[in-house]
Amino acid sequence: MSAVVKIPTSLRGLTGGSSEVEVPAGRLGEVITNLTDTYPDLGERLLDEKGNLRRFVNVFVAEDDIRFLEGLETEVSSGQVVTILPAVAGG
Amino acid sequence: MEFATSLKCRECERTYEPGPRYFCEWCFGPLEVTYDYDGISEIVTRESIEAGPPSLWRYADLLPVSHSARADLGAGLTPLIRADRLAKELGLNDLWIKNDSLNPTNSFKDRPVTVALSKAVEFGFKTVACASTGNLANSVAAHAAHAGLDSYVFVPHDIEPAKIVAAAILGNVVEVEGNYDAVNRLCVELHDTYEWGFANINLRPYYAEGSKTIAFETAEQLGWKLPDHVIVPVASGALLTKVKKGFDELVEVGLVPDDKEVRVSGAQAEGCSPVAVAFENGSEDIRPQKPDTIAKSLAIGDPADGYYALRAVRKSGGAVAAVTDEETVDAIRLLARTEGIFTEPAGGVTIASLVKLASQGIVDPSERVVAFVTGHGLKTPEVVEARALARIPANVAGFQEALEKKE
Repeated sequence: MSAVVKIPTSLRGLTGGSSEVEVPAGRLGEVITNLTDTYPDLGERLLDEKGNLRRFVNVFVAEDDIRFLEGLETEVSSGQVVTILPAVAGG
Repeated sequence: MEFATSLKCRECERTYEPGPRYFCEWCFGPLEVTYDYDGISEIVTRESIEAGPPSLWRYADLLPVSHSARADLGAGLTPLIRADRLAKELGLNDLWIKNDSLNPTNSFKDRPVTVALSKAVEFGFKTVACASTGNLANSVAAHAAHAGLDSYVFVPHDIEPAKIVAAAILGNVVEVEGNYDAVNRLCVELHDTYEWGFANINLRPYYAEGSKTIAFETAEQLGWKLPDHVIVPVASGALLTKVKKGFDELVEVGLVPDDKEVRVSGAQAEGCSPVAVAFENGSEDIRPQKPDTIAKSLAIGDPADGYYALRAVRKSGGAVAAVTDEETVDAIRLLARTEGIFTEPAGGVTIASLVKLASQGIVDPSERVVAFVTGHGLKTPEVVEARALARIPANVAGFQEALEKKE
C-alpha cells in the first residue's frame, strides 16, 4: 500500500541519492509527511513555515497538477506516482 | 566585457555561481542574473550603444554574455512606429507600436533565444531544446542551426501548422499530446535525463534577460526617453517582468533621467487569464487554468513568472486586461487596417487590451503609450477571414464590374 514519490535531482542529496522513494499511500499531505519523516531535511525545502507547499514547488499526482485536484487533500492511492518539480520553468 | 556577477534567488537571495541552473536549490525560487551596475555606468553611454551593431547586441554590456561566439541572427532593433491612425480610433494622442514581429524568426522570442543560445555555446552544450507554444520553437531551431547546434523543440500537438513547418525546416520538432503546461512539465523531467541546454529551463535566467532589450530599444528609439505606459502580452509573465527590469536598469545606469516610473500593463486572453484574474481579485495567488483560446502563443495556464508580472504591474500602477477571442480577431483587423501591421493573435490580444484599457480610462489620452506587437500574422493565417476582393478576367471591364459590386 505504498505510493512512489519521484525526487528532483536537486533534492537527491537529501534522499541518499534515490530518485524514487516509496512511502505509505494516503492523502497527499500524509504522503509528504511520511516522506519527511524518513528524510527530515526535505521538510523545510518543500514546505514553508506554515506547512504549506512552497510557492515555487509543483506537485503532480499521476499526471495532474494538484492545484487542479484537491491540493494537499488529494487522495494518493497505492501504486500512484507523485512527482515533485520546480515551478519556475518555461515561457 | 561581462558585468553579470552571479545568479541570485529572487525569494531567499541565496547566490550561485553563473552556470546552467535556474532555480534555488534551497527554496525552489527563480534565479536571476545580477550585475555590477557601477561598472556598467562607468563605461556604457548613449553614444557607445549607438555605435554598436544594429541589433540587440548593442546592449551586450547589459546582458549576461561574454563569449564572442554568439548565436546571432540579428535579433532586435525592430521598428518603433508612431501609430496616429490607431491612436485616433482609440482617443489617444501619442501611441507607438514596437513591431517585434520583424525579428529574424518573426517574433520577440529571438531576443531571449539569441542570449540563451549564446550562453549554450559558452557552456559547451552541443544540443539545445525548449518547451514552446510555437514561436520559441521556431527561434531556438533557427539560432541552433546558425550556431551549429542540434535542436529538439517540444510543442503541443495542436499549435498552428505554420509554426510547426517553420520550426521543422530548421530542426527536430516533437509534437506532444497535451497542452503547453504538460509540454513544459515533460521538458523539466527530460532536463534531468538529457544534458542539453533547454532555453527556458536550465538556461532560463539568461534567456529571460534577453527580453529586457525591447525596453532598452523603446527608450533609445524615443530619443532616450521613457514612455509613460507600455502594454505587454502575458504568457509566462517573463516578458512583462523583464520589460519592467529593463526600464529600471536604464535609470539605474544613468542612460535615461530618473523622472518617472513607466506604467506596465498586461494583456491576456480570457481563455487563459490567470494573471488578469489575480489582478482583478486583488490577489497575489495565481490560480492555474486550462487554456482555451485562439491566442495559442499566450496559452500558458501555469505562468512561471505570473507572480512577478503581477507585482511589476501593481508597483508601476498598471493593470491587466483580459479579452475575448472575438475582440482579439477584431483587433488584428483594426491594427492591420489602421497601421499596416499584420499580427498573430498574441498581438491581437495586446491591441484589444489596449482598446479596453483606453476605453476604461486606464490608458490616459495624455500618456505616451507603446504597445508591443510580438508575433507575425503570417504564422497564424487561419484565425482571420480575409479573402480577395474579387476574381476577374484580365480586362478593365472585369475590374470595373468588381468595383461596382463592392460599392
